[in-house]
This record gives sequence, C-alpha cells and structure tokens, in this order.
Amino acid sequence: MVNGINLFFQFLDSFGFIVLAAIGLAVIFGMMGVINLAHGELIMIGAYGTTLVANAGAPLVLAMAAGVLAAAVAGLIIERTIVKRLYHRPLDSMVATWALGLALTQVVRIIFGNSLSGIGLPFGAIRFGAFSYSMYRTVLSVVALALLVGAYLVFTRTEFGIRARATIQDADTARAMGVDTDRMYTSTFVIGCALAGLTGALYAPALSIVPGMGSTFLVEAFVAVVTGGTSVLLGTTLAAGVLGSADALFTNLYGTFIGQVAMLILAILILRFLPTGLSGALEDLRERIGGEN
Amino acid sequence: MSDRLVSRRGFLSSSAVLAGTALAGCSGGSASSDDTIKIGVLEDRSGNFALVGDPKHKASMLAIEEINNNGGIDGKQIETFSPDPQSDNQRYQELASRAIREEEVDALWAGYSSATREAIRPTIDRNEQLYFYTTQYEGGVCDKYTFAVGPTARQQLGIVLPYLREEFGPDIYTIAADYNFGQLSADWVKVLANENDANVLGEEFIPLSETDFSSTINNIQEADPDFVMSMLVGANHTSFYEQKASAGLEVPIGTSTAMAQGYEHRRIDPPAMANIYAGVNYMEEVPTDSNTQDGGFVDRYFEKYPDAPYLNEEAETNYFSTYMYKEAVEQAGTVEQPEVIDALESGISLGSERAPEAPEGETIELDGATHHVDHHMWVMRADDQHNVEAVENRKIPEQFLSETVGCDLREEVETTQYTPVDYFEEAQ
Repeated sequence: MVNGINLFFQFLDSFGFIVLAAIGLAVIFGMMGVINLAHGELIMIGAYGTTLVANAGAPLVLAMAAGVLAAAVAGLIIERTIVKRLYHRPLDSMVATWALGLALTQVVRIIFGNSLSGIGLPFGAIRFGAFSYSMYRTVLSVVALALLVGAYLVFTRTEFGIRARATIQDADTARAMGVDTDRMYTSTFVIGCALAGLTGALYAPALSIVPGMGSTFLVEAFVAVVTGGTSVLLGTTLAAGVLGSADALFTNLYGTFIGQVAMLILAILILRFLPTGLSGALEDLRERIGGEN
Repeated sequence: MSDRLVSRRGFLSSSAVLAGTALAGCSGGSASSDDTIKIGVLEDRSGNFALVGDPKHKASMLAIEEINNNGGIDGKQIETFSPDPQSDNQRYQELASRAIREEEVDALWAGYSSATREAIRPTIDRNEQLYFYTTQYEGGVCDKYTFAVGPTARQQLGIVLPYLREEFGPDIYTIAADYNFGQLSADWVKVLANENDANVLGEEFIPLSETDFSSTINNIQEADPDFVMSMLVGANHTSFYEQKASAGLEVPIGTSTAMAQGYEHRRIDPPAMANIYAGVNYMEEVPTDSNTQDGGFVDRYFEKYPDAPYLNEEAETNYFSTYMYKEAVEQAGTVEQPEVIDALESGISLGSERAPEAPEGETIELDGATHHVDHHMWVMRADDQHNVEAVENRKIPEQFLSETVGCDLREEVETTQYTPVDYFEEAQ
C-alpha cells in the first residue's frame, strides 16, 4: 500500500543511503577519475574504527571521529604508495584498487575475526499511528544533505577547492601557476577517503560489522556517481533523488527486491538516454533555455 | 598452492604422527593409503558465510582430533583435505571435484548454504561420493549419496511455530531470505500454520544483499500479526533486528536462522534480540549434561579454540556426524563407500551413554531410509539482556520424506529434492 508518510520516510532512507554511499567516491572517482574499487573497504575501515573505539567505551561522536581519522590515514597511505602512480591510468587503478580491497578485507578478517559486536542504534523511534521509523536512519538523510552542501562549498568557494579542481583539470598549467599539484592530489584523495570513512562511521550502528560490509555500498555508489554525470556533487544529489525515489516507490509497492530492480533499470535508462548523466542533462537544458532567450 | 600449505600446517600442529602422510598429501594426486582415512572438509573460513562456516570447520577438526587421539577409526588415523572455499560456489565446485578425483576422499563434508549444496550435488552424485551436508536446511533432499544430517525446516519450525501459536495467537507474518532456503521455509510456515490452526497474513522475501528494512518493518506494522516468523540469512540481514528494535517494533519473533547460527545475541547490543524464539537442535546454551558439564562439548571446543567467538548449531552437526561416520566405518569394517553407505542406512544412533557424541539431547538417530536425522529440538528464547533459556523441547523426527513423500533410499536410488509445493495445497 502506498501511504504518503511511509513513502516519504522510505525515500529519506534511500536518499540518505545513496548519497552517503557515493559521496567519497564522487570525489575520488567523479572528480579525480580514479576508479576506486576499494571504496567499500574504506567505508568498512570507518565503521571498524568507530565500532572499536565505541566498544572501548568512548562516546559515539568521538568514536565516529576516530573512524573518519582511520579512513583518512588509510587513504593517505594508499595514495602515497599506490594510487599516486596510477593517476590517468584508470584501468590500472581499477585492478590495483580491487586487489587492495580484497587484501584489506582479508587483513581485517585476520586481525579482528569474522565480526565485531555492534553498537546499538541511538535515538529511538518516530511514530505515526501504527507505524514507526528509526529516528537515527532519518537523521542520516539530513546529514547526507549537509555533507553534500559542505563538499560543494569546499570545492567551489574555498581557495583550496579551486586549486584542487585546477590541478585535476590541467595539472601542468596549475603547476605553472604555482600550485603544489602533488599535495593537491594527495589532499583531495584523502578528503574522499575521509568522506568514505564518515559513511562507515555513520552506518556503523545500523549495520553488521563484518569484513565484507563494504560491498553493500559499492553498487549504489558507482551507479549514483555514473548516472550523476559531469558535475559531480550536483549529479550525486540528483542521482540520489531520482534513484532513491524509484527505489522507495517500488519497494513500497512490491517489496525490496523489485525496489532494487527498478532502481537499476532506471539507471540503465538514464545512461542510455542521457549520456552525460543527470547533471549534464540539466546543464544542457539550462543552456538551451538560455539560448532561446 | 596456499590451500595445501594451510592443510599442511594444520596437520603439523595437530599431530606429529600425521605429519608424514600430510606431506605426502601435498605432493598432490596421492590417494589415501591403507592405514589412513581421508576426509574432505570444505567449510567457509572467509567470505560471506565465514561467520557461520568457521565454527563448522573448527568442530570437524575437534571431532577428528578426538577420534585420532583415541586410536582413530578401526585403528586408522584420519587425515583431512580442508582448503577454504571462501563462500564461493564456483570454488566449491572446483574443490569438490578435486577432493573426489585427486584427493580421493573417503567421505566429504561441504557447504553452508543450500545454494552451495545444490551447486556441488551433481558432482557428488555423478561420482557416487559419500557426502555429509550438515547445515539446517529447507528439507526434502532424497539422495543416495547425501546424508543431510542437520535439522530440516519442518523440524525447526515444527517446534517453534506451535509454541508461539499457543503463547501469542494465530496470526503470522513471514519474512525470509530470497533464495531456495527462504522460499521453501516460508512454504513450510504455511503448511505448519495450517496444521496448527494459524494463518499467514503476509510474506515477504528479501534479497541477501539488502540492509534496509524500514519498508519491511512498516509492512509488519500494517499487518499487525501476533508473531513474526523470520528466516533471514547472513550478515546483511542481521540489521533487521537492530532496525526493528530502534523503530520500537515489539512483536515476538520466531526464527529458524537467528541466534543459533550467527550468534546475533552475542554480537548485537541488547535488547535488539529480546523476545526472539529460535527453533533449533543445538546452540551453545542448550542445557544438556553432555553439552554443559565440566569437560562437556562446550568445554572441549573452547579448550581447543580459546579465541572462538561462539559454538553454533551447525558446528554440533559437523561434530556428531563425524562420529556417525566413525560408527558406520567400524560397523562396515571398511572405508569402501558403498559398504559405509549400507552401514549408515542400517541406522546409526549416538546416545548419551557414549557422550560426547550427542550434545543436543539424549540420542541422535539417523533414519536409514531418508538419510536424515530425528533431532532433539529446542525452543530457545532471548530475554532483554540477551540471556538465552530453553522454554520448550522435544524430539521431532524427520517427517516430510519419511511420511509424506515416502522416500526410501534403501529400496530405490534417487537424487531428487522434493518440495512442499508438490504435496501441500497450502504451499502453492
């Protein structure tokens, strides 16, 4: 049964999940062009960091900060040792990061075993009549939106953001203008990893903490970034909105399986008919309207 | 190559006597010699099912070590072929072929999920390989070479569903994992509901990859059942219990999958698993003497594996079935597989007289006709501190193959899996 309130909460949940799954990848894959198949494992590192610190008795917010830090440090090491050599070699970066993801999963399994005991979901429930929703998962969608706005401001309104984008667009010219491009690459990559870590930290109370948990996010992440298209952060928002709506509507009507099928079919249709993605299509539309005026 | 290294290391640490034969095994292609018995143990120690598969592997190794330390089977030491199939069905197929053709195992234990079992069963049957499948499962496999010795859905649901019907009322909502095990288990819920004067208000099948259960929780709230039957599977689905607790859904839940396999009551913060009732043949907390006494099954397991997180349902099945195989070989007086299968079909029972073989109850009896086990079943309830107590127990025979289908493998060689849809109107 479609019920307006149910549908709305379902949408918030899907939207939040897609945005948070994709946001780190939007920076690393969308902006830098590194096909990072270890994205899920960075999310896993964030979740593990958070859970371990929380289980040691730290308050949840502090534990989440530790999770983000863990992913950022992992990102720094990965960039310095591996990814650094693979910029502008997308296929090589794909193979290398895939292998890295497998290795990270296995290392975590060897060190921490097949699962960690979880931390409970905070906040409790929101109730409407016979229905109730996890407050925490609803809050996540708001956090997701705030993160998108924050990332957008950092990359468009700060000097760092402009240098970073200049480096990625044209490293030689940027270097000629006095930008330390090496550092820009590193810091952008680390920001992407920290965002992935934050996703893991935020979902740590809501998911089972197992070494393979990162794969849960990978499909949504890549689908959202690719269908989002040319303007990465705007695109991710649009993609999460559109794909989240399809997922929520069909899940509500026919169950979770059909929800996923509907979302992926829609993604195929978007890529077939809007080759520049949702944000590209939006820009085309804006130009065409602008041209007619 | 790494598989061989792993198994070699296991041998060297467990028994110096085995070292020589184990090294011989490493050269590949060598069949087991006359004074050893070779057992294949393919259980997941990594990948999606590692959490449930690792205890199975450990319990097999415990049983084998105990048997070897007590003089082996008919004086023969057991050696093992036990690489990690990594929860990957394709790898299972390769390793099962290798176990049969190259390692020439005398008996094979393999696989957690029903999907895995069905992936390798054609290879098993083609090679007429004696095979023990030790996971709880949907039931119905009538196969000359397969001994499905875990409890079936009809046994597991058959203890918990009638109990919840009495305690809470007739209205049931079913949620199950979306693959053969979950679908067929849901059919069994319908059959058992019919037999117990209950009704199924709705059912929902959830892909194994799903982690978001808000719509499922809404659907349950809308249906407003007296209790929920949950056959969710795997780490992703564990999120359901946390999410329903966070959303304040307080309906009692009966399950054949939660707690006993993946020890959710130890992994998740209380009270997410409160009021969950598991229908099982075994979990670590089952209060029998052979399980909990000093030097009992639990003690021996954690003595060998002090860092193991939990002793789960399937681990016990791997453990007792290894002893069952020992009984059969000694009865047959040979490891020749047709003779061992004959011995198993003559009916083997492991009793508390000969503990430690039967941690779940007084006796475990193998039904020779169906290759299934009449299990002692328990309803185990978790409270809001996640303490688990037994609230009901009785012996439940395998019924579907023996009574409904009429499978008798001593009379007729079959390799069929029967499903409730063909026999029960309410499952259609």
